[in-house]
Amino acid sequence: MGASSAEKYKSDGTTAGNLLEWVDARFPLMSLWNDHLAKYYAPKNFNFWYFFGSLALLVLVIQIVTGIFLVMHYKPDASLNASGVPVAFASVEYIMRDVPWGWLIRYFHSTGASAFFIVVYLHMFRGLLYGSYRKPRELVWIFGVLIYLALMAEAFMGYLLPWGQMSYWGAQVILSLFSAIPLIGNDLATWIRGDYVIGDATLNRMFSLHVIAVPLVLVGLIAAHIMALHEVGSNNPDGIEIKKKKDANGVPLDGIPFHPYYTVKDIVGVVVFLTAFSIIVFFMPEGGGYFLEFNNFFPADPMVTPPHIAPVWYFTPFYSILRANTVNFFWIDAKLWGVIFMGLGVMVLFFLPWLDRSPVKSIRYRGPLYKGALAIFIVAFFILGYLGMLAPTPGRTVVSQICTVIYFLFFLLMPIYTSIDKCKSEPERVTG
Amino acid sequence: MSCDDKVDCGRRRLLVATSVAGGVAGVAAAIPFVSSFAPSERAKSAGAPVEVDISKLAPGEMMTVEWRGKPVWIIHRSKEMLEGLTKVADKVADPQSDRPMQPVYTKNEHRSIKPEYLVAIGICTHLGCSPTEKFKTGAESGIDADWQGGFLCPCHGSTFDLAGRVFKNKPAPDNLEIPPHYYLSDARILIGEDKKGA
Repeated sequence: MGASSAEKYKSDGTTAGNLLEWVDARFPLMSLWNDHLAKYYAPKNFNFWYFFGSLALLVLVIQIVTGIFLVMHYKPDASLNASGVPVAFASVEYIMRDVPWGWLIRYFHSTGASAFFIVVYLHMFRGLLYGSYRKPRELVWIFGVLIYLALMAEAFMGYLLPWGQMSYWGAQVILSLFSAIPLIGNDLATWIRGDYVIGDATLNRMFSLHVIAVPLVLVGLIAAHIMALHEVGSNNPDGIEIKKKKDANGVPLDGIPFHPYYTVKDIVGVVVFLTAFSIIVFFMPEGGGYFLEFNNFFPADPMVTPPHIAPVWYFTPFYSILRANTVNFFWIDAKLWGVIFMGLGVMVLFFLPWLDRSPVKSIRYRGPLYKGALAIFIVAFFILGYLGMLAPTPGRTVVSQICTVIYFLFFLLMPIYTSIDKCKSEPERVTG
Repeated sequence: MSCDDKVDCGRRRLLVATSVAGGVAGVAAAIPFVSSFAPSERAKSAGAPVEVDISKLAPGEMMTVEWRGKPVWIIHRSKEMLEGLTKVADKVADPQSDRPMQPVYTKNEHRSIKPEYLVAIGICTHLGCSPTEKFKTGAESGIDADWQGGFLCPCHGSTFDLAGRVFKNKPAPDNLEIPPHYYLSDARILIGEDKKGA
C-alpha cells in the first residue's frame, strides 16, 4: 500500500484546493488517483489488443445500468396470466412494446451480454498472444478466469428470465448436468431448481442471483483483478518487464502514465466500440438469431421441447465438448464424462501459468511450435463453437470429438512443446 | 501453536476458543439459507396423482398428460410395434431393465403392466429434454433403415425404442423413467401412485 508513504495534498490557497486538501487529509484520494491513474506507468507500446480490458469495464457499466432499469418493469413469475401467457414472458413483451424506450433498454442489455463475451474472449486471447498470464501475473490471470466463470453463470441465469422456450429448455439441460453427479446428483439438481422440474421457484432464485449475488461477486473480482494488475504492472506486446529499466526517479523508461495517455487512447476505443455496438442494437439486435434465439420468442412450455436446442453462441464450444462424450468407459456413464470434460475445459485455464514453460512470453519471440499450436487451438475452438449451434449428427459428433481432443492437447502438451520450441531472444527494451 | 514469553497463553486460548465457537455459529447460521433452496411444501404437495382416460387411444397412437410438471406419455402399442421391441433387444443398452428406472411391476421387456400400453415420463435421462416421436419405421424415419419406431431426443441425439429403452452408445445413460401407476379400470389409469397393497 503506497497510501501511507504518499505525501498528502497541499492546498494552493484556492477554494477548490482547500476542499481537496480537506478531503485528502481524511480519505486517500490523491494516492488512489496516483497509484491507479496518474502515476501508474503502463508500457508505451500497447497495441490494438489492449483496448478490450477497458471495454469490458464499459460493457459491465452498460449491463448494470440497463439492468437496474429493466428490473423496474420485469416480473419473475412463471404463473400464467389471464391470457394464458407466463407473467415473466409477458412482462418482457410489455417492456418491448409498452414501456417508453423499453425496447432500447432491453436490447442494450440483451445485446450487451453478447458484446461482453466478444470483448472478454478477445481480452483472453490477448493474454494467450503475449503471455500475460506468466509470472508475475498468475493471480491476475486466475482472477480473470474467475471473472469468466462468474460471467458465464450470470449470462446463463439472465437467459432464463424472459421465460421463453430456449430459456426454459436451455436451463433444463444445464441444470440437469448436476444430476449426472453420482449419489447426490438428483437431490442436488432438485435443490438447485427448488422443484422437481424447472418452475417458478427456479425462475425466482435465478432472478435474485442474476440481479444481486453474481453482480456483487463480479464487481469484487474485477476490483481484485485490477488491484493485482496494478501491483505487478501491465504486460505488453513484447512480453518483457518494463520495471527492469528505470530512470533516476524510479519510473520505468518504457512506461507512460496511464492518465492521461491511456485514458485518452481508450476513449478512442470506446467511441469505435459504441459505434459498432449501436449499429448492432439498432439494426440487428437479435444478431440474426445468435444473440437472441428465435425459439425464445415462444413462451416456455414444459410439455414441448423445441426440435433443436442450442445455447447462445458464447457457450457453444463447451456445449460441443459436453456432447462429444458418447461412450461409457471406466464404469462411468457418457453423461458424466461429458460434464467432467466440460468442467475440465474451463478449469484447465487456471493452470495455464504453470503449463507454459517457454523462456519468452510474447508470440513475437516464440518459435513455430507454439504459433502452430495456438493456431490449431483457435481453429478447433471455433469449430467446437460452430458445431455447438447445430443439431448433432454422427459425422459432426466425430468432428467435435477430434476438436475436443485438440482443445485438451493444447493445454496438456504445452509443457513439452513450449520448452523445446526454438524461441527468438527478447529485446532489452520494448519495440515500437 | 506454541506459546513463547511474549504471549499470554490464557488469553490466546480464550481467543482460539471464542473464534472456534463463533465459526461454528457462523456455519450453523448458513443452514436456514441453504435449506431454503429445497422444494417448498407447496411444491411437494403439487405432486398429486393424475387420472387418465385411455379408452379413445387407438393402437399406434400416443397421448401426453402432465404429472408433477413433467410430460407423461401413454402409448397404445400396435402388434407390429410390440414385435419391433424384440427385434431391437440386442441394440438397446438395458434390454431387461435391470437398472432401477421403473417400478418392479414394469420390469419386463415391454416395460409396462399391460404389454400394449406404455406409460413413461417423456424426459430424456441425459439432460432433461423431451424426446420427439419417430413412429415411422425404416428409412422413412430419417434415422436408419432398421428403425422400428421410437423416440429421438433433439438435444443430443439419444434414441429410445417404443418401450423407452435407450439405444447403446448414446449420451443418455438410462431408459426412460416409468412413473408409478395402476389401472383403476380397463380404460382408466392413475399416474403417480402404486396400487394399494401391490
